[in-house]
Order: sequence, then structure tokens, then C-alpha cells
Amino acid sequence: MDNDNATLIKQACADYDNDPRRMMDILWQVQDKLRCIDGEAMSLIASLTGTYRVEVEGVVSFYAFFSDKRKGDITIRLCDDIIDRHAGAQAVAEAFSGALGIQPGETSTDGAFSLEFTPCIGMCDQAPAALINDVVVTRLTPAKVKSILRTLRKTKDPQTLIGKTGDGANSDPLVQAMVRNNIRQPGPVLLTDVDPEQGLRAALQLSPQEVISHIEESLLRGRGGAGFPTGRKWRLAANTPAEERYVICNADEGEPGTFKDRVLLTEKPDLLFSGMTIAAYAVGARHGILYLRGEYRYLRAYLEETLQRRREQNLLGSGILGRKDFAFDIRIQMGAGAYICGEESSLISSCEGKRGEPKNRPPFPVQSGYLGYPTVVNNVETLSCVPRIMAQGATWFRGMGTTGSSGTKLLSVSGDCARPGIYEVAFGVTLAEILEQAGAQDAAAIVVGGASGQIVGRTEFHRRLCFEDLASAGAIVCFNSSRNILEAAAYYMDFFIEESCGYCTPCRVGNVFLKKGLEKIMHGEGEPEDLDYLRNLSDTIIATSRCGLGHTSPNPILSTMEYFPLVYSAMVKERPGGMQAGFNIQKALDEARIIAKRRSLIYDPAYGDRE
Amino acid sequence: MSTEFEFTVDGETVVAKPGQTIMDACDDAGVYIPRLCDVEGLVPQGSCRVCTVKVNGRTAAACTQPAEPGVVVENDTPQVQGYRRDLVRMLFHEGNHLCPICEASGRCELQAMAYRLGISQDSLYPYLQPVRPVDASHPDIALDTNRCILCGRCIRASRDVDGKNIFEYVGRGIHKRIGVNAENLAASDASIDDYAMSLEVCPVGCIIRKREGFFAPIGQRQFDNKPIGWEIEARHKNRIAVHQIDPSEEQS
Repeated sequence: MDNDNATLIKQACADYDNDPRRMMDILWQVQDKLRCIDGEAMSLIASLTGTYRVEVEGVVSFYAFFSDKRKGDITIRLCDDIIDRHAGAQAVAEAFSGALGIQPGETSTDGAFSLEFTPCIGMCDQAPAALINDVVVTRLTPAKVKSILRTLRKTKDPQTLIGKTGDGANSDPLVQAMVRNNIRQPGPVLLTDVDPEQGLRAALQLSPQEVISHIEESLLRGRGGAGFPTGRKWRLAANTPAEERYVICNADEGEPGTFKDRVLLTEKPDLLFSGMTIAAYAVGARHGILYLRGEYRYLRAYLEETLQRRREQNLLGSGILGRKDFAFDIRIQMGAGAYICGEESSLISSCEGKRGEPKNRPPFPVQSGYLGYPTVVNNVETLSCVPRIMAQGATWFRGMGTTGSSGTKLLSVSGDCARPGIYEVAFGVTLAEILEQAGAQDAAAIVVGGASGQIVGRTEFHRRLCFEDLASAGAIVCFNSSRNILEAAAYYMDFFIEESCGYCTPCRVGNVFLKKGLEKIMHGEGEPEDLDYLRNLSDTIIATSRCGLGHTSPNPILSTMEYFPLVYSAMVKERPGGMQAGFNIQKALDEARIIAKRRSLIYDPAYGDRE
Repeated sequence: MSTEFEFTVDGETVVAKPGQTIMDACDDAGVYIPRLCDVEGLVPQGSCRVCTVKVNGRTAAACTQPAEPGVVVENDTPQVQGYRRDLVRMLFHEGNHLCPICEASGRCELQAMAYRLGISQDSLYPYLQPVRPVDASHPDIALDTNRCILCGRCIRASRDVDGKNIFEYVGRGIHKRIGVNAENLAASDASIDDYAMSLEVCPVGCIIRKREGFFAPIGQRQFDNKPIGWEIEARHKNRIAVHQIDPSEEQS
């Protein structure tokens, strides 16, 4: 390694006090500067941080945005989500491939460009989209590819691609993104114009216990999808004796089809930080972390500045709003391309500078989380509701929604509809009502909740979006009748295979088998027993997996089998005479030929001719 | 010291000490729960999931699940054993496990577990047939990761017993594998005398001790006469000695 590179690495480690718990930050800095973290870099980082090279390699190889092979100075990550595909991402990919002379996954020989596919980047409402280094480009077409590359070749700076910036804070000098908010329906809780600090001021008049009671009374439940009562989570953390406690905001919005947190982070960061501060006051935390997904790195400078302004306004730091006994600050932790880090214990592992693998439970994060301290992990949307509840009262909040699901929910609507974007609705709204609003009258299938949710058909459009019926993190992905539902299910299975951390057997291996079983059916080789096979395999994966990823990964297949039984029955056939449809003699022989490195006299006439 | 408590496993009462996992308490009582990634002397990690049991109706990994007073555990039931068979089959199909040519045959825990669970024929799962590297660089040790089941026992043995950190997981998902703390094993400070390289640690034939292959003749290998888990079942208070019948004896 040359001296310059070694100096850069030493600097990166020194910037974080050679602390292995800040491994993610160190690796980001090295990856940015050197465009890779190779074996030598790993060894040096390990020796400076007092870890082992293979541990550093373990972290580097876990996250999609880190690489041990040199990436191009400009890395183009095309969003490969099913919505982007429907919007023409394939043609865009081919245009990039053709113009750059490289395939996705490759780097140009001059080291200028890398081309990659990446799962949902949270821009489904403006697909097809891509990340060019940290810069988001939306609504791509093959025609735009040419001018994009011309600009990039000339300026070597992706930021110069941004002409017209988006609405609201997307035009902030520190954001300067072409992203549009697409707020289609504002609501009374989150997407409304209010003083974000009113709730914090109200909370600080109460005792921490009273704040928790207030949140409990509001019946606020986690907006990330699982719906755990927020007040109870806080009480558990507050009641665990400890010297330190932590509040972490989960902004690792990775569920395909979800982009509501993007809009909250852009338009309502003060509401969120205010909510984190109230949570910290309630549970007795002095430190907070915003875990921001790597795909939203374009918002980082803006969020850092918001934090800095809050420190200056005495809304963060020590003696917040005059409360001498209350000190709290927030740091931003960047993720680096791993869906699993949206799982709270994986997210904590990642914040600790480790592979983003889930932890064993018990102990739960509220008992022993970040660095072993009681930790509250809440979603962006959940924390953003908190100041509003403190300002307007628990009764006001409970007055919206249903008995079991109080308040409003942000829905991210995308796909085949006239008005994709964000809708703030009261819990309990039916799917049909949402589809009407979004202009998706010809919808034939809806993915409720993204890959881990349910793919439902028209028979279910009367169902309500709430924890008692269709619970989800709020993704509503519309497919019209021209879409192939099995293709969608297969895409989501690929997503889970790609994003499984691989820790436990059923999720690591079982999902691969599920996908292969589905492919067999898609190729017309399926038999009725294959449906039982998929059900049984799903049952084992759900029952034996270690975390929520494996508990939900069979959903794309199980829900399509439940709601689209005719599609499956049309694809599987009973074969007469004990013949196996899945057995293809030519394919089997081809495989055997490759292994044996010779041909068959009987099945390969060409071979006989040549003799 | 707080007091012991009881819970039930398949209807039988088991006594547990505070702080024990379900697996610990059952081991002491002579009730065997199948497992691959867990081994005595190393911190349990709950990754293979073969020790899945049902606790008050909900599935959990017995090796990491704390025992609690009064819980009802299902261990040897058709459903739970079915899950375990599926998991062991997944491991067989994920890697390249060719028992007849494998040096670990007869003392391989994966193979022994398959026999114990009654897996005698092919399953419907596809074989993934990966092509993984073999690291034979070290003078005394070879790694054939085609046989690795990612149990991580070598990682924990090297880190927690040898204090060396020679191994760690790298990659993720189906591409997850065991990495070595150097360019290859020879460049690391691995030694044949490490606990991590001992026969007890690697449950399969991935870590190979050179020049020691096939040291036990067929008939005298670890699991030739007794099934995996017998040493735990031998602790059971009502144990009845069972002689495993050798099929060849039966024929004659």
C-alpha cells in the first residue's frame, strides 16, 4: 500500500478515536476515499482499532455499499425494485450498459464507472431511479442516460446532474435533490404545519413517568410494521436499572415500496428530533442515534445541520429548555445497504460497528441493547407522532383511527396508479378507498406492506388498514391486470435471498429453495404436490427462523397462493403415468456431460455423426 | 443463590438452576435435544436452529432460550422433529456432503444427526452444489469449506478458548462463509494444537487434520455403535440401555 493511502486510513481511524465501535463510519470514510477496502486496508484498520483483519472483512463483506474490490470513481446503483422494472428500469440499465461498455456488477477498465443493481432506494413514487454515488436521480429514461453520462464524463461530479430541485426542503442548499415529496394528502398529525417544539415544551413540564403514561394512554403503536405499544417499550427501558440508556431512531427504511420516512426526514426533521428528545427525557437517556439508511445519505448534511441548529437553540445538549437535569444529544449513524438492519437488534449490532446480524432474544433491547445498555428503538414515524401527542393530548390522538390502532398512518403508494406518493390517513381506511384516491381503479393486486407484507387480490380490497386487519409499515404497491403476479412474488423472494443475513439455516437456505420451487411452477413444470411442498417449507422457515426476516420471507408465496389460487392451479398440472414434469432429460444430460466432460452416444446424435 | 425450579419437557419434569438455558437443564437431566452449532464449552449462538423446541406453544432455540419455571416444552414430537429433519436436510443440500468419500464419515455430527432423525432417503430439496475454495496452504491443517455448515464452532473456539480469532463469518445470506484472519490459513497463526482445530470442534469434515485421515476403522468410529446424543441420554435417571443393532449382524 502506498503511503498516501495509509495516511488516509490512519486519518479515518483517528477521526473516530480508533474506536472499533465506530467501524461503520471508518469504513465509509475509507470506501469514499479509496473506492474500496482491500485486504491491506482491512489489516491496517484492524491493527489501528485493535480488532482482527477477518473481523473487519466480516463487516465489509456484510454491507452492499462496501467493497473489497475497487469501485469506479462514480458508482451508478440502479434501483432494481419491481416498481422500477415496471417503469422501464431494464431499458435504462441496458442504456447505461451499452454506453459504458460494462454489465451491472462491473467496473470500467479506466476505473471511472461502476454499474450495479440495488434493491429499493425509497423512490418508488418517481421510478425508475438510481443512486449515482450519493446523488439520487429519478424518472430515468434511456434517452436521459446519454446526457447523464456526458455530464458525468465532463464534470466527474454527480451533483452537477441536478438541474431543477424538488419541492420543499429538497431545494434546501444542503439537500439540492431532484427528489419530489409527492405529498398527496396531508393529515392532522404529521404532515401539517405546526410548531414542532410545542410537544417538547409540554413534556418537560411533566415528570418522565407522566410522559410515559401519556404515551401509553394514547395507545401509540410502532409504525415500523410490528405495532408494539410504544409506551410499554419506553416503560420497560425506563424500569431497567442502568447507568446509561439509549434512544435510537430507526431510519433504515428498506421495505420495498416504502418511502414515507424519506418525506418525514426531509420535511419534518425537527418533529422527529423533538420526539427523540421526549423519548430520551421519558426513559432517562443521554445519548441518541439516528440510524440513517445508506440510500438516504443525500439527506445527511441537512440533518446534521438541523441537529447543530437545535444545539444552538438549546433543544439539544445540556440543560435542554432550561431543565438543568436533562441533557441529551443525537449522532447520525450511516447504514451501508442492508435491509436486515431495519430489524432493531441488527440495527443495534450495526451501530456497534459489527455485522448487522440480529441478536439473541432475550435479553430484549429494552433490557440490554446498544453496548449492553437499555435501548429504545423506534421508527421515524412513531417518534414523529410523539410531540404531537404531547402537544394535543392522548384523547385527541385516540380520537383518530380505530380502537386498536389510534392516530394516523403514512401510506407510501406507488406502482400502477395515477397519483403515487404519500397519504396521511386515519387507521381503518379500506384499501378500496386508498386506491380510489390514488387513481388505481384498475388495480388487480396490491402489495400491502412491501416484501414482508401480503399480496392481496380484488376480493380483499374491502379490508381495512390497521393493526386489527391488514397491519403494515404502510407500503401500498399497485399492480394492474397486465402484471404477472408470480413474477412479483419471485422478485420479492430474490430480495429476501439477497438480504438474508445468513445467520440461521432456515432463512439462509430455505428461501433459496422456496424461490427454486416457485420457479419450477413458473416454468410450467409444477405439479399439485409442489404447492404442498412450498407450504411445508414455508412453515418450517417461519417456525424456526431467528428473526422477523425469516418469519415473514415466505409471505410473497403464501399470500399469492391464498389470494390468487387460480394462477397457481393454472400453472401446475397432474402428469399422467408417473412422469415428472420437473424432469427434463436433455437438461439432466447436459449437466451430466459437463460433469463427465463427454457426450452420450444415445441421446446426442451429433456425437454419433461425428464418429 | 436463588433456588432451583421445575418445568416440563414432553410431560416429564426437569429441574433447572437459575441462569440455565432449556438445553443446559435438559442436558443435566439426560433429556437430549438435537443440536449442531452448540457444543459444550462454547457460548451458544442459536444459528443452526436444529435445537428448535416449542415453549408454551411457541418455537424457540433451546440452546439460547432461558429456562423458566413452569414452562411447557415440546421436544420429541412429530412436528418438532419434522422441523429438525427439514433443517438438517437444508444443511445437506446447501453444501457438498458426500459421506462415502468424506474423512469425517462415522464421526460427522451432521451425518449422525441425519441417522438419528431418521433421514434415510433423498428429499425434495434441490442440491445447490456450490463450488467453494479449499485452503490446503497450512502444513498441518486443510479447510474444505464445501463441507462447512456455518455452525461457527471454530470461530468461538479460536476466539474464546485459544484467544486467536483465526476465523470469522464473512459475506452474507447464502454467500456467507467462514473467513480466515489472513490471506490464507498458512499466513495466519493457526496451529494444529489449537482447540479450534481439534476433532471436537468441527462437527463435519471441513477442518481437516493432515496425515490423520481415516484414523478409526469402520466399526470403531464415534457414531458407529452409538447414536449422537447417547452420552447425554446416559445421564437420565430412568435410562434403559439400548443396544443399537448393526444391520450386518441382523442379517447373519
